[in-house]
Amino acid sequence: MNRRALLLRAAAFGLLPDLAGCNFDDPEHPDLADRFLHAMSTWNDRVQAALFDPNTLAPTFRPDQITRPPRFNAFYPASQAPVVDEATYRLALGGQIQDKTPWSLAQLRALPQKSQITRFICVEGWRVIGQWSGVRLGLFLKHIGADLRCRYVSFRCADGYYTSIDMPSALHPQTILALDFLGAPLTPPFGAPVRLRIPTKLGFKNPKSIVQLAVTNIYPGGYWADQGYNWFSGS
Amino acid sequence: MPPKQAKPIHPLPLRLMHWFNAVAIIIMIGSGWQIYNASPLFGFVFPYTIGQWLGGAIAWHLAAMWFLVANGLLYVIWSLTSGHYRKFLPLRPGDVGRDLIAALTLRLRHEKGVYNAVQKLLYLGVLAAGVVIVLSGLAIWKPVQLWPLCDLFGGYVVARYVHFFAMSAIALFIAVHLILVALVPKVLPPMITGGRLP
Repeated sequence: MNRRALLLRAAAFGLLPDLAGCNFDDPEHPDLADRFLHAMSTWNDRVQAALFDPNTLAPTFRPDQITRPPRFNAFYPASQAPVVDEATYRLALGGQIQDKTPWSLAQLRALPQKSQITRFICVEGWRVIGQWSGVRLGLFLKHIGADLRCRYVSFRCADGYYTSIDMPSALHPQTILALDFLGAPLTPPFGAPVRLRIPTKLGFKNPKSIVQLAVTNIYPGGYWADQGYNWFSGS
Repeated sequence: MPPKQAKPIHPLPLRLMHWFNAVAIIIMIGSGWQIYNASPLFGFVFPYTIGQWLGGAIAWHLAAMWFLVANGLLYVIWSLTSGHYRKFLPLRPGDVGRDLIAALTLRLRHEKGVYNAVQKLLYLGVLAAGVVIVLSGLAIWKPVQLWPLCDLFGGYVVARYVHFFAMSAIALFIAVHLILVALVPKVLPPMITGGRLP
């Protein structure tokens, strides 16, 4: 991917990602190893998309298996987690969606809620088990008239984080826009007021404090994927 | 007319696969150590790694795995079709005991092109570790899509330990392998040139 495409993509989200953190896949100076690793990562995206079975469910667990206390993780300390005003909060919608009217929390809570006790696996290797509930993303996308033939669903967060997932994973029954965590509304460190919970992908594909959702055919990348982590990162 | 060529100790396909495997396994272990360091299973981290940071190490690990597995499958197919696998057989416990004592007392003779019982055991052992490390690696990579495999290893957490111990077994094999080459350096050139069977 060239720098222009990257900047266009960032501009589309009103963001300019910091490229200084790139150790490889630097669009300006890709060496042979960068090209090789990038090609293999793209190949791994394809393999994972082929391996993804929309009917295979992530394992679920008993309430007594829930990890307590829950583990906080972000690219900043918990005290710096963004605090979103829930009264004025509106989920902005963009891209290939028929009705782009922003959604309030009350509207999201009025949709059918699904609960799950699932395993959250971090790309670092550790795993925790938690209970989340919220709106099935597939149901929400149908509700707002999203073009389900599009390839990507992208997310922008209150803390500047951004990421995207493939449409088949977005439509998976266990992929939810979570509003509650451990039986209570989400708190700021754990992604208040709305986060994505997608147990068929690694932890960093579960964006927190989502402020914008878009449906697109233009590869949106992600905060970590743009630095060299595998984009699909399925489990 | 050139004289009829003698049979090499190590045929060309075997030499190519050996060195290809050597590069792949070094990348896999080096990048695997960096991935381990991000969330250590034990009270230590590895001082030497490949990939510089977690993202780089994962990129190397998930790239090299295809070459390691492809090369491993080629080796299995080649071994079965060329008859190479017969060099591992028969493997009798009595022979292992005898050759192990001889090896430890430095009295084991090296016969060109023939595996002694300890070699047979070590090579079959590292091949078994190779199968375990690939399967446990797949279980860690895809614990949802390949859940039956993950369950076979006792779940995601246990699979990480299995993967670690399989790596340890392979690393130990490489250490013994290199020590033996250092002790009997004449075995190294044939792995490059092929050598000639007497």
